[in-house]
Amino acid sequence: MTAPAGAGPRVSRHGVPLIDGVEKVSGRATYTADLDHADALVGRIFRSPVSHGEIIRLDVAKARALDGVFAVLTGEDCPHTYGVLPVAMNEYPLARGRVRYRGEPVAAVAAVDAATAQRALDLIEFEVRELPAYYTSAAARAAGAVLLHDNKPGNIEREVHHTFGDIAAGFAQADLVREERISCAEVNHAQIELHAALAEYQPLTQRLTMQSVSQVAYYLHLMLARCLDMDASRIRVIRPFVGGGFGSRVEALNFEIITALLARAAAGKVMMQLTREENFLTHRARPQTDVRLKLGMYRDGRIAACECEVTQRGGAYAGYGVITILYAGALLQGIYDIPAVKYDGYRVYANLPPCGAMRGHGAVDTRHAFECLLDRMARELGLDPFAVRRANLLRAPTRTMNDLMVNSCGLPECLDVVERASGWRERIGKLPRGKGLGMACSHYVSGAAKPVHWTGEPHAAINLKLDFDGSITAFTGAAEIGQGSSTMVAIAVAETLDVALDRVRVVAGDSAITPKDNGAYSSRITFMVGNAAIDAARNLRTILIDAAARKLEAAPQDVVCIGEHFCVGTSGQAALPFAEVAQAALVDVGPITVKGTFTCPPEAQGGKHRGGAVGSTMGFSYAAQVVEVNVDEATGAINVDKVWAALDCGHAINPLAVEGQIQGSVWMGMGQALSEETCYLDGLPAHASLLEYRVPTIAESPPIEVHIVESRDPYGPFGAKEASEGALAGFAPALVNAVANAIGIDLDELPLTPDRVMEALVERRRRARLGALHKAAP
Amino acid sequence: MAQAQSGFQRRILRLKLNGRWREDAIAENQLLVEYLRDVVRLSGTKTGCDGGECGACTVLVDDQAIPSCIMLAVRCEGRSIETIEGLASQGRLHRLQRAFHDKLGTQCGFCTPGVIMAAEALLRRNPRPTDSDIRNALSGNLCRCTGYVKIIESVQAAAEATS
Repeated sequence: MTAPAGAGPRVSRHGVPLIDGVEKVSGRATYTADLDHADALVGRIFRSPVSHGEIIRLDVAKARALDGVFAVLTGEDCPHTYGVLPVAMNEYPLARGRVRYRGEPVAAVAAVDAATAQRALDLIEFEVRELPAYYTSAAARAAGAVLLHDNKPGNIEREVHHTFGDIAAGFAQADLVREERISCAEVNHAQIELHAALAEYQPLTQRLTMQSVSQVAYYLHLMLARCLDMDASRIRVIRPFVGGGFGSRVEALNFEIITALLARAAAGKVMMQLTREENFLTHRARPQTDVRLKLGMYRDGRIAACECEVTQRGGAYAGYGVITILYAGALLQGIYDIPAVKYDGYRVYANLPPCGAMRGHGAVDTRHAFECLLDRMARELGLDPFAVRRANLLRAPTRTMNDLMVNSCGLPECLDVVERASGWRERIGKLPRGKGLGMACSHYVSGAAKPVHWTGEPHAAINLKLDFDGSITAFTGAAEIGQGSSTMVAIAVAETLDVALDRVRVVAGDSAITPKDNGAYSSRITFMVGNAAIDAARNLRTILIDAAARKLEAAPQDVVCIGEHFCVGTSGQAALPFAEVAQAALVDVGPITVKGTFTCPPEAQGGKHRGGAVGSTMGFSYAAQVVEVNVDEATGAINVDKVWAALDCGHAINPLAVEGQIQGSVWMGMGQALSEETCYLDGLPAHASLLEYRVPTIAESPPIEVHIVESRDPYGPFGAKEASEGALAGFAPALVNAVANAIGIDLDELPLTPDRVMEALVERRRRARLGALHKAAP
Repeated sequence: MAQAQSGFQRRILRLKLNGRWREDAIAENQLLVEYLRDVVRLSGTKTGCDGGECGACTVLVDDQAIPSCIMLAVRCEGRSIETIEGLASQGRLHRLQRAFHDKLGTQCGFCTPGVIMAAEALLRRNPRPTDSDIRNALSGNLCRCTGYVKIIESVQAAAEATS
């Protein structure tokens, strides 16, 4: 039974459930692996068994000859590179000439079933002349190291050197100068849905239909056209339900392109489902990062200067590397008022799976180092952690030294809220041994103001259709990946038109039907697609008001729409119901389609310096959080008892979803801080399962109390900004600061696994004993 | 994930699935999750790992929550299997489904069927679970979206709901 349109709930201030939630809880939501593929061939990938080498021989004749095998492909079959940035596409879907990491795709087969596909893989003959392989940034940068890519001396993909303000003067004037080296392990998105793609090639019409897990179907579309040498108009990309992304599916991924190549070679339909181990090999997550940070501080807590060097071990190919290393420097700014900032970034190639974008892209590890050092210096100066942050607040609106626009900033309120909620003032320094409180701040962009793939088009476009049945359908290319994208679009349209939420249907993610969208990355959807949705709805409202005015014989400017009823002012005269006005609007013109767009103006797109566009956004979200821990000094185990998180998202369009996003991002920060890391043994992933890669379970996950702060951004849709990335980066430093508060030890390496904590505790005991010995000695 | 090998013997499997008895010819090495997804074509039960890591494939076997990716289908002979598709009845969401929807216990939704089935097993044996009962019962189900906070709230709300 379906409720009549118009009778549904309006958007309450508690928020609404996801409009696709019923499908999810009932098991009816169709993810890529659930698509009907009974008649599809099974795709499998042959991967490099070595970390680095020249391909001497690759013989697939026996695999091809096997009964039931329909296609076998190698690098010979695709001479095109793919990648995110036009300047950094140095990766082939299947390796050509050289392999650069263990697990790199070398060949692929499509066969009638999985067993046959596996037998075909076993028949592939592969010989490599091995080259020296490098698994750390230092080894890859060492003098005389073999270059992974010929045009990249020192195995450095990109160096960044930015200086803003007078660094020397800042450090000279500072009352306290401290420097720390902090390192963060490589982590993985570990979205629960395994990668999968279903490609169908129609040889008679020469058309390709691709269904995949992509967060940015548009990039995938472009890369398919490039790698398959096809006109983009012959390709259709459809996004089924997506089981999480977190950045793993922003880039077009090798297995997606391989699946399409196989489908064309086999002249049919191919389903590719990767294992969890292959998900880890596909990677594209947050790189292992070393941060050397130096801060100068005045006695009152104001920061005088900041000097930061970041080295990221980026893996074997470019991926998002250039962007990641630029973000790490750019987002040193935009949260505090710092008069001088120097940044040196090094993105290094190594013989490991390529890194990429992951929630909080580029900003997380530098923010971690920054917030840890800020706390340590505050402690040395006898300042409270909250006071030192308050001493450095930005005042919006402003422009940072690196030309980032800050149009709204609710960080002061975030600080007040979590300080109060956590009982900080009453409890700090008074907790029993082993217990501690720590806090930190963080921020993130609401969409990159200059998209990676710059075309000059609007940043977002939405189509709205009004038809005879009175339904309103929003067509969007925005990727619903669980974050509530489609629900946000429905709310934006319903609120603008003042109609019931269930009158609005959202059709998303099918290139044959929906307008192009830049997809789910850099937390852009609420800000950009939300604004486009409002624009479209306003255009439709104008049409409806005109139609109502004709019927009411009134001037359009006198007609108002309240709760699906149109009337003249507040005259009290009989109001026209929505259905009647919709019918009137269709007279003479038929079904109505309107468009809405949103564009970030040039002044929002960052500075003129090289790489200046990265970090630019129309609106920063801000977060502050307090973490309470319990450290077991006998085992080194850390338990997080509770988290209080406040995030300024401008305005919560759907408070329920905003709360869920904040909890999820804080918790993901906790995973990185406590237990998650990918380790490699001679390039072989040692943590390529969800048992070894330790995502926190429900048993060790704390209550996360969320406080939403609404600073009403002047450019955001209804004043909204992003809500799903900003809080992540604050967790790890808040945890490290809390551990320092609990046991008096500053830890410099993430994650804070029990062995690392134990090592620090043992080292302290050893030093204490040595100290006692020295004292005792005559 | 292991796939049924064509060389393995086939046999007839008789079991009760979502309240109905049925018989299917299956390979002896077929996993329960493969049987559900590929033979019966119930795709609500998900695969998120290479075997026994994530809990996305959790179903009920005689009221017990079991990861169906590490159980052979032949082991289910004569037993009662329940999947997410069997929970809703007569066009109404089950109380756990309603609660997970209303309280946003689901985001991307991929782990949700497994989480709900594990929670259902808990509520059948313990209608008034404490916070720590819920944490214990769901500790084999990984979720990457929610941070689990709203999952706990959803299970509590379902326990408090009457039907």
